[in-house]
Amino acid sequence: MSDEIVREFLVEGNENLDTLDRELIQLEKDPHNRATLASVFRTIHTIKGTCGFLGFAKLEAVAHVGENLLSKLRDGELVLNPKITTALLRMVDAVRQMLQSIEAIGNEGERDDEALILMLTRVAQGGSLEAVSVAAVPAAAHLTPHAAPKKEVKATPPAPNIKIQKKQVPLFVKVALGTNGVPPEPEKVPCVEKSEAPKIVPASRAGMSEGSIRVEVALLDKLMNLVGELVLARNQILQFSNAADDPAIVAPSHRLNLITTELQQGVMKTRMQPIGNVWSKFPRTVRDVATSCGKQVRIEMFGQETELDKTIIEAIKDPLTHLVRNSVDHGIERPEVRVAAGKRAEGCLTLRAYHQGGQVNIEISDDGAGLNQQKIRRKAVERGLLTAEMAAQLSEREILNLIFLPGFSTAEQITNVSGRGVGMDVVKTNIEKIGGTVEVLSTAGAGTTVKTKIPLTLAIIPGLVVRSGGERFVIPQASLIELVRIDGGPTLRGIETVHGAPVYRLRGRLLPLLYLDRELKICEPPVISAFEEDDVSNMVVLRADGREFGLIVDEIKDAEEIVVKPLDPQLKGLKAFAGATIMGDGLVALILDVPGLAQRAGIISESGERADAEMNTAVQENGAEKQAFLVFVGPDDARMAIPLHALARLEEFVASRVEQSGAECVIQYRGRILPLVYLSEALEERRQSSRNSRVGSTDAAANAGVIQVLVCNHDERAVGLVVERIVDIVEDRADVKSPATRKGVLYAAVIQERVTEVLDLDVILVGSAEQTHTLEREDELAPVGG
Amino acid sequence: MANSRQFCTFYLENYFFGIELRDVQEVLQQLELTGVPLAPHAVRGLMNLRGQIVMAVDLRRQLGLPERKADRPAMNVIVRTGEDLVSLLVDEIGDVVEASDESFELPPETLRGTVRSAIRGVHKLEKQLMHVLDTQRVCTVAEPPAPGPTAAER
Repeated sequence: MSDEIVREFLVEGNENLDTLDRELIQLEKDPHNRATLASVFRTIHTIKGTCGFLGFAKLEAVAHVGENLLSKLRDGELVLNPKITTALLRMVDAVRQMLQSIEAIGNEGERDDEALILMLTRVAQGGSLEAVSVAAVPAAAHLTPHAAPKKEVKATPPAPNIKIQKKQVPLFVKVALGTNGVPPEPEKVPCVEKSEAPKIVPASRAGMSEGSIRVEVALLDKLMNLVGELVLARNQILQFSNAADDPAIVAPSHRLNLITTELQQGVMKTRMQPIGNVWSKFPRTVRDVATSCGKQVRIEMFGQETELDKTIIEAIKDPLTHLVRNSVDHGIERPEVRVAAGKRAEGCLTLRAYHQGGQVNIEISDDGAGLNQQKIRRKAVERGLLTAEMAAQLSEREILNLIFLPGFSTAEQITNVSGRGVGMDVVKTNIEKIGGTVEVLSTAGAGTTVKTKIPLTLAIIPGLVVRSGGERFVIPQASLIELVRIDGGPTLRGIETVHGAPVYRLRGRLLPLLYLDRELKICEPPVISAFEEDDVSNMVVLRADGREFGLIVDEIKDAEEIVVKPLDPQLKGLKAFAGATIMGDGLVALILDVPGLAQRAGIISESGERADAEMNTAVQENGAEKQAFLVFVGPDDARMAIPLHALARLEEFVASRVEQSGAECVIQYRGRILPLVYLSEALEERRQSSRNSRVGSTDAAANAGVIQVLVCNHDERAVGLVVERIVDIVEDRADVKSPATRKGVLYAAVIQERVTEVLDLDVILVGSAEQTHTLEREDELAPVGG
Repeated sequence: MANSRQFCTFYLENYFFGIELRDVQEVLQQLELTGVPLAPHAVRGLMNLRGQIVMAVDLRRQLGLPERKADRPAMNVIVRTGEDLVSLLVDEIGDVVEASDESFELPPETLRGTVRSAIRGVHKLEKQLMHVLDTQRVCTVAEPPAPGPTAAER
């Protein structure tokens, strides 16, 4: 018996078991579905046949009684009921355990399956009195030769069902080529009688074998590394060719650039797996948990096809499973409680996955009782996690998120499923480990939603390169919110201090500041000096653990795709770096660990008030695509917004710096001339605009001596849009819309529960385009926040 | 006939050192390093070894010897420690030396301090003594200072 055959049996067996779990649950809902029944039967039959051939007698015995039971179901002698399903699922578990044991030690291990076999036999006899246990054994013996030969003819596969294998790793990822990835159908059974099943089998088998091959994960990992190297080499060459003017190098390196990008995407795609692969186990999990605590729970899934990198799929499997169990165990009430509360007896657990802004959002919602804030507050104090005074100051959202603290559990009664208080903090740690975030939203009586945001891949991420204390660092784009340039000037507020702690007023809110060079101790002894007038500081606004802070760096450089490389394990304890990467010049740069930095500086554990708006938008949001807007106040106190992606930067200028160039207002900005468009003027009859109206309408701002400018990229030019006051950056669905009432406005929408006009930048900025067509083109500025 | 082992040898401040050849991957000229803020003193930085990021440990600092003069380039001895590679910065590379186990002796009791744990012993070679370093030990840098005060509060 060759190891090769056993390994293949294990891989196939495990896949089949996953299919079985799913199909049995499906079957329970629809016991008369003959196709599913036949498929379940075939799967068990295959396992039984193969292990008979390979000499795994214990495994064969269990599979055999299972098969007997299934054959009765298939023949209509029995009808599936929850009791039978439970028995069958238990058999699947036993088979799975044995497969694990075979994988680990080469045989089924010491085990006694008498009870299980007896139970299965008894259940099988429940429908008919015919004794089954002995009679079918010869049948198994005569079946094995049919199933077995297929295993031996690997060198000449019948269909293009290529299997690439190497020695060590028995893990496979399926690569779908073209046709949709159909789960591997169990082998065709030679003795299935006339039913619809045989027709289905060949069709789906063909679909699978023609369109996909198995590739070892290790090979994909290697390819990924090589592509990473290629990306680095590409970056180096691009840097070189940008400096050179020779078309002989510029053109090929441009092509190299395109090909590398495409190759990178392609290889990354091969590692992508639909999240449905993880979710497919959940119906079984939900059923088990619900049955054990006497609840009725239905599971609904949306977005199973959403794809994630395999390593990430692996990493989120356990946290998600825990969340699902938790929702059923704690979230959803018992049927009688639900009915008393006017709900359906059957609870509903909804899983939802969707892409948003380069990340994948996964939401697990239940329609249960919701989290009891008072109870959480009380428990947290009881457990000594925080003092009563601290608890009283927390916002609603902060209270809910206390459940992620280590040692927290509100379950009245500790069940065997969850409720030992070792779950949620582990969930959070594991999700944050891969750069994700998790938060919980809940409405009393209506249910709880746990939202996680997960990066698509870990290997190559977009990052922002900054310089501080003479060293380069990379900030992962995922934690980046915006870039602010703090200009010193007589009338501008710069960095202020609260009892020595530096802060910055960003649109009316105090943002704690960190100096990167001081945090990393790469500068002269820290002296928190008063903000000096001509100081210019670059601030990167970051978010860690739901809290924002500003990081002051010396210089903000480019955004770049970087290949994340692991740090030496001895350096991981520093809590300041998430990894390292190799830059275009071949030197190493460290990647900042934003949550780690915030923790070092004490930002994360601080408690403070949070904008209510943030909370509101988060709660009303329910899976629909949100859009990010910059909300500001336009002329006549009108509330307006532009989509955030149109915005490059926000600037404040002293009004006296505005100069006149022909009919245009311009300002010197970062060594260039930035044309300014006054919104007050652009919204009125633009053609009749005169200098007088312009001056008049911006009186208020001019008096204050400061103008607020949105620097937008329009037609590859930078244009400054002068507005009255900037309010905030918000994410909203903006789904209540009404048509525009004036020119220059795209539509009016409800953003943060207030009617807001969304500007049509094409119309508003076109005026300046006409006037400045002779000006030199502005370099495109990097958009804020990626 | 006693067993003999091969050593990759190098000099540090006129001392003669050897590290078992099977632990050594390669020897390189000085490469440009990127400093790691907050890291232990002995860590000189990170270098790019053909796409792999390797931590460079200054053996002078690790063994408590005076700092290398700024104008004196260091050599890299790349060693394997389990899965990882570490670069040891040394002054000068010597030959590969084969020494029989008979010439080995434990360090004298008078050798104390941090150095003692890193030096397994010496081989009495004809011309001089060769200090045999414990690869694992010299690649292990001291624990970094405890992170910020918040860890305890959370």
